[in-house]
Amino acid sequence: MAALIWIPLILPLSLALVSSLRQRSSWTLWLPVSAAGVLLGVGVGLILAVGSDGPLTTGAGLLRVDALSAWMLTVVGAVAVVALWGGIPHRTGRSRNIGTFATLLCLFLAAMTLAVVADNIGLMWVAIELTTITTAFLVGSRGGHGALEAAWKYVVLGSMGVAIAFLGIVLISAASRTSGEPSLSWVVLLAHAGGLDPSLVRAGAALAVLGFGTKAGLAPTHSWLPDAHSQAPATVSGLMSGVLLSVAFYAILRVQAIADAAVGPELMRGVLVTAGLLSLAVTAGLVITQKDFKRLLAYSSIEHMGLLALGAAAGGPLAIAAVLLHMLGHGLVKSSMFVLAGRILGFTGSHQIADVRNLLRRRPDLGGPFLLGAAALLGFPPFVTFFTEVAIIVAGFQRGLGWQMGLACALLLVVFAGIARHSLGMTVGAQPDLDAARTSPAPPDQPARFRQVPIVLALGASAVVGFAAWPLTGPLIAAVAALGGVR
Amino acid sequence: MSSELYQQLLATTTGLLLLTAVLQVWGRSTVRAIGLLVIQGTALAGLVLTVGVQAGEAAAPLVAGLLFVVKALVMPWVMLRSARLIGVTRERSARLRPAVELIGAAGLTLLAYAVSGPILGDTTDPATRAVPVGVSLVLLGFWQLLIRGSAITQLVGFLMLDNGIAAISSLTSGGLPLVVELGATLDVLLVVLILGALVVRMQAEEGHIDISELRELHD
Repeated sequence: MAALIWIPLILPLSLALVSSLRQRSSWTLWLPVSAAGVLLGVGVGLILAVGSDGPLTTGAGLLRVDALSAWMLTVVGAVAVVALWGGIPHRTGRSRNIGTFATLLCLFLAAMTLAVVADNIGLMWVAIELTTITTAFLVGSRGGHGALEAAWKYVVLGSMGVAIAFLGIVLISAASRTSGEPSLSWVVLLAHAGGLDPSLVRAGAALAVLGFGTKAGLAPTHSWLPDAHSQAPATVSGLMSGVLLSVAFYAILRVQAIADAAVGPELMRGVLVTAGLLSLAVTAGLVITQKDFKRLLAYSSIEHMGLLALGAAAGGPLAIAAVLLHMLGHGLVKSSMFVLAGRILGFTGSHQIADVRNLLRRRPDLGGPFLLGAAALLGFPPFVTFFTEVAIIVAGFQRGLGWQMGLACALLLVVFAGIARHSLGMTVGAQPDLDAARTSPAPPDQPARFRQVPIVLALGASAVVGFAAWPLTGPLIAAVAALGGVR
Repeated sequence: MSSELYQQLLATTTGLLLLTAVLQVWGRSTVRAIGLLVIQGTALAGLVLTVGVQAGEAAAPLVAGLLFVVKALVMPWVMLRSARLIGVTRERSARLRPAVELIGAAGLTLLAYAVSGPILGDTTDPATRAVPVGVSLVLLGFWQLLIRGSAITQLVGFLMLDNGIAAISSLTSGGLPLVVELGATLDVLLVVLILGALVVRMQAEEGHIDISELRELHD
């Protein structure tokens, strides 16, 4: 069964090779979609395999899939299918670089897969840095001043952040020297956590979380995120917001498990609560006056990462299970929203919220899902985000984070007001519809229904999963247990 | 290797690392900055070789050779090529006076020794005692990223930061597993290539490479 782990690593690499050879063929854009589909299938297969046989190890112990890794693979696959399928443009052929675009997307998928299946935290770091490298040109691929500025900030801040994380990993490796041979294997570090040098682990874990937090878009090192996510093409924004942030957060969870076992949960709890509340505060401060709808979605991602940080800080089975489920729910919704934002941009030709009005009447195929997706991002029932947000907050109150969660609720209300106001303004115009004359159905060359499939699937899944979570209960409990379980 | 020779080699390489980092702080010529990086990369490779041979690691010459090729030859060459392509060999403007920059650098070096104290504990291992040099490089790299406006000098700062981390890694744990070393070096090389390409694109599209002038995206 361990051979399964190699499929999502090798397949995207070979598809990347194929698409790099066929630069002008627009069908190459389907290759990353198929890679993502296989990734999803392998993720589900690994969840079942790990459930029956326990963790799988391969590649001389460098690669290991436990229940958490299998869950993350499934999340990456599911979100990537939505973002990549939904993002396929209905007219191609103008660009000469389609093959390069598809190649980089395939490599990006392979890098994220490597990050979640690596047992060695050094290798996990290498993979996360590779995600920056593969997305650098994707962020800047639209061209223009803004895209160039965003790409520069993204690469410099992203690499600087993960360089700090690398310093943290180096210190954790040095901390393991006291218990014999230095090791970076996550399993070995967790098993010998009691023997690690406490002061080195403290410094190392704090730096690693700060560094990976940069990549996960947590405040105060979030400044690259709104720029990169607003300038990148819709597919890339959807992938980055929907799943790359979660993969970086997964690294934080792994480091947190080691630090908690070695020096107790107080350190990580302090760091994560601070980062979480700061992220919520940054979002609350900037969504109300936001003018650009892609930036609005980017800030919403910072908010959701802040919630994940609060959940991880609370700890315990309820909060961690909610964090993992929230990664799936938020990923599905956010990738759909970025895909829709890309289509709205194509329709109106403007990034500005003020230029988009009455979308429900002018383009119901865009306005309807956009409004539903915004409701899901705001945490309305029946969407799964409602259940996970409530679970994170309840778990926080239960585990002694009372005033922090109170403050978080207040900040969430502000964010709610800001996002609700803007998304309602974009979809249900209050004034008589001056643009009614321009209202037209989807252009005839556009296979509209087919393009709606991933959006409908994603929003539908996130609406149903909250109630019909029973198939996910087992994998989620196993994933929480894999992380060290009850702290 | 005798203990005396080991200590001398350790002192020489770490001394060179610190010296090249401090010299980096003032001066506006990018060619000079890249030249200093060559020396720094060589010193780093020497440090890794010294510590590795002393610890009896078989892979040490391989890792040191790789570091030398990548950090002292390939990366500086890539940067020099970018600088030549765009015809910018001097920084246009400075945000701080050189004296202020130098005082800041001295302060950061002191800070590096202060923050390393609790981490080091009361070790007597000469390699571990030299960790503050690595921390200085990291802090000075940040300093350069903060105060310099030119894209190329920022790239130099990033590499200094990375050299510092590599030095700390070598001094504290005797290096990381080979696959991680290879992966990390490859990653940094790719980042330098990407940033080098972006610098060229920036000059072509904007007509300058001043990062502080990039202010289109904000809230």
